Amino acid sequence: MSDTSIDYANAVEMRDIVLQFPGVLANDHVDFTLKHGEIHALLGENGAGKSTLMNVLAGMYKPNAGTIAINGEQVVFNSPKDAIAKGIGMVHQHFMLVPTQTVTENILLGLDEPRFFMSLPKYDQKVQALADKFGLRVEPTAKIWQLSVGEQQRVEILKTLYRGAQILILDEPTAVLAPQEIQDLMGTLRIMVSEGKSIVFISHKLNEVTQVADRLTVLRKGQVTADGISLEGVSKEMLAEWMVGRKVIFQINKKEQVPGQVVLDVQNVNALNNRGLSALNNCSLTVRQGEILGIAGIAGNGQSELAEVITGLRPCQGKIMVNGEDVANRPPKFAIDRGAAHIPEDRSGVGTAPTMAITGNLIMKKFDQEPISHNWRISYPAAKDFATSLKSIYDIQAPSISTAAGKLSGGNLQKVILAREISGGPRLIVAMQPTRGLDVGAIESIQKLLLEQRANNAAILLISEELEELLLLSDRIAVMYEGELVGEVDSKKADLNTIGLMMTGALRSAS
Amino acid sequence: MKIPYRIEMEKRLEENPKWLPIVTSLGAIVLAFLISGIILALIGGDPLRVFKFFYNAAFGSWGALSDVVVKATPLLLIGLGCGLAFRMKLWNIGAEGQFYIGAFFASLVVLVPLVPEDSPKIFVLTLMGIMGMFGGALYGFVPGFLKAKYNVNEIITTLMLNYVAIYWNNYWIFGKYSDAGFQMTPTFDKVAWLPRLADLARKYPAFSGITLHLGVVFGLIAAVVIWLIISRSRWGYVISLIGDNPKAAKYAGINITRNIILVMMLSGALAGLAGMSEVTGVVHRLQERISTNYGFSGVIVAWLAKLNPFATILVSFLFGALIVAGREIQPSGLSFFIQGTILFLVISSDVLLHYKIRLVRTTEEIA
Repeated sequence: MSDTSIDYANAVEMRDIVLQFPGVLANDHVDFTLKHGEIHALLGENGAGKSTLMNVLAGMYKPNAGTIAINGEQVVFNSPKDAIAKGIGMVHQHFMLVPTQTVTENILLGLDEPRFFMSLPKYDQKVQALADKFGLRVEPTAKIWQLSVGEQQRVEILKTLYRGAQILILDEPTAVLAPQEIQDLMGTLRIMVSEGKSIVFISHKLNEVTQVADRLTVLRKGQVTADGISLEGVSKEMLAEWMVGRKVIFQINKKEQVPGQVVLDVQNVNALNNRGLSALNNCSLTVRQGEILGIAGIAGNGQSELAEVITGLRPCQGKIMVNGEDVANRPPKFAIDRGAAHIPEDRSGVGTAPTMAITGNLIMKKFDQEPISHNWRISYPAAKDFATSLKSIYDIQAPSISTAAGKLSGGNLQKVILAREISGGPRLIVAMQPTRGLDVGAIESIQKLLLEQRANNAAILLISEELEELLLLSDRIAVMYEGELVGEVDSKKADLNTIGLMMTGALRSAS
Repeated sequence: MKIPYRIEMEKRLEENPKWLPIVTSLGAIVLAFLISGIILALIGGDPLRVFKFFYNAAFGSWGALSDVVVKATPLLLIGLGCGLAFRMKLWNIGAEGQFYIGAFFASLVVLVPLVPEDSPKIFVLTLMGIMGMFGGALYGFVPGFLKAKYNVNEIITTLMLNYVAIYWNNYWIFGKYSDAGFQMTPTFDKVAWLPRLADLARKYPAFSGITLHLGVVFGLIAAVVIWLIISRSRWGYVISLIGDNPKAAKYAGINITRNIILVMMLSGALAGLAGMSEVTGVVHRLQERISTNYGFSGVIVAWLAKLNPFATILVSFLFGALIVAGREIQPSGLSFFIQGTILFLVISSDVLLHYKIRLVRTTEEIA
């Protein structure tokens, strides 16, 4: 490789990449070109093959067919190590950091140097210099567990930069960030580009893409639908059509209706998080029949704990009235029996049992009621009838009702949870991140189901990090910051900036 | 030279047919005998003759067959109990201790004695059965309670409690209930003996010397009861749900603490019943080493049966046969060797339930 070749060769040229997973053609003859010094957005729905394609580039998967050229040179990657040697660095969606070690230690992990004796202060300085250069604010001596998610992401980026990455792949980097942190990240990306690095930015958020990228490639079901086109003149509607193959309705019909009686009344609740630190600080809120109260906030500001105290999964101080009965510090069954449904944040870890069949997952809250159970027995024929009807009503895509829940896609798993929770005719629904990580089609159907429940007079507490979703669905929006409800706005009069400022603690308001 | 094929493992995405686990398990058992045969041949033995001898020792006569069933009985009861706990991912490896305590509690009925003289046989035996199950349940309660309330690792507690139980037993048979200083109690009165087929020898001469006792019926009834619990009852659903994802179970409003304790108690009760069946059906007294590692073999039986109660009947029968045959053969370690090989292969064969093995032609790599 001579220096002159860089001038006309592209940083990355992937040609005719084919990758077959069992039953799925994840990449179907995909071409992808990354020019030097550009930010290239890679868009697509979940399961479109974006991450797979980039994992091929990062040496995690070996393609069944196709060629990869880096700076004009043909390469074959047998492991991520080969890719790193060619200057490719990938920041994954799920961070791979050791929580008990410092930033510097994590960055040095797995490197050949230092070999045996570590002189950490020397490396702290190196890390600090690198961080300063790229505008990545992070304390080299801090332990990972002390850092926010945004800071941890910076450590991951530093890790790749430290290893000399010239080509950076960021897999949905903004999914975990607050609005301000997203702006910081965009700044960093621009510095990196000015330093001659080339960046692939995987996303399914259209706004960010239009804000930062030079060119974009869109994948749909493993195939390219837009190949490295310039962003000028591209509208959001066009992007959405490339991604899902049809026009997406961005407005959902939300009927005007007058809320009824108070169903959920949380009064001065305090609670601790898993580490024993204060997570909820004197929280009070009410939700009425036929009303959606949205809770906005950056992850980790007490939203999970709020959902857990209401559903009986976490002890607390204070009163939580559901239809006039205090459910605080009662077992989960108490709230369930009083008509509280819960759509948990962690679908596979809390919301479902992975090796159990869809049927078993659907009857989870009905297994002790007629007609599914008589006395000590469970009637499996009745359970199957129940599951079969829910599968068709809620359009759960699966080979059969005896398919294990763990084999379902995220969207279908979420439909299983919603089917179970909604079919009980709930009076209160606590929904935490109900659409996170789902594709556009699934998001739409989940949002419609929630609005249907609103029309059915259920009281809904919707906790989400997607402001647009909150604005779309909620009647009122309350903002959480560091365990406190710092303000509440009417969603019709809400202004994104105001909410954004409240989410970062810069503004408090009592509406 | 490069081999133009490579073996690829592919995750199974579709449902497995119902026969698949049975076929893989049987295949593994056949393979285990094949490997054992090869090793026998390598060390200069004649595998066919050995296996024939094995077969005759276990199934060659009604007497031998009855011995096999007698050996299989405690394995069946313990295997069922362990299997139930394992379904909830509760690793009860304390069946050995629960067996001893069950035997001890059952024996108290005769040793104390807890029943008046001239009590009818049915009354004495029923009370002994209840006491045996109570003792086992009590001994399962301790680790269950510690696990449920304080999250104490049940593997450690159940394992350690095994030794406590054995020495507890020794204390009484060396001391208070010792028969003239021997390490055993006096033989129980016949009223405390489980009925045997040999008892009917006067009427049916063919039964003379057949030691098969009523304990096997306990085992078969228990298998049906456990099957009902697992596959027909609410409680069985709760057990599977907790076993699969305890967080989801808690979220669904299930009381995990109570269920951990209950399952450990039932698991212990079955081992305790095995202890009662052994002292009343076989030994007819309380003594040292009433168990030849039944508590540990039962764990293996439960695994090999894939926690299925009916398969547990078959596997405990197979293990009973291996134990009986092992007595008749030199070196006696051979039967343990076969047991170990079976266990290893059956557990490894699980991989076939989750993956397909395919032979793939290697594609030419880009130069």
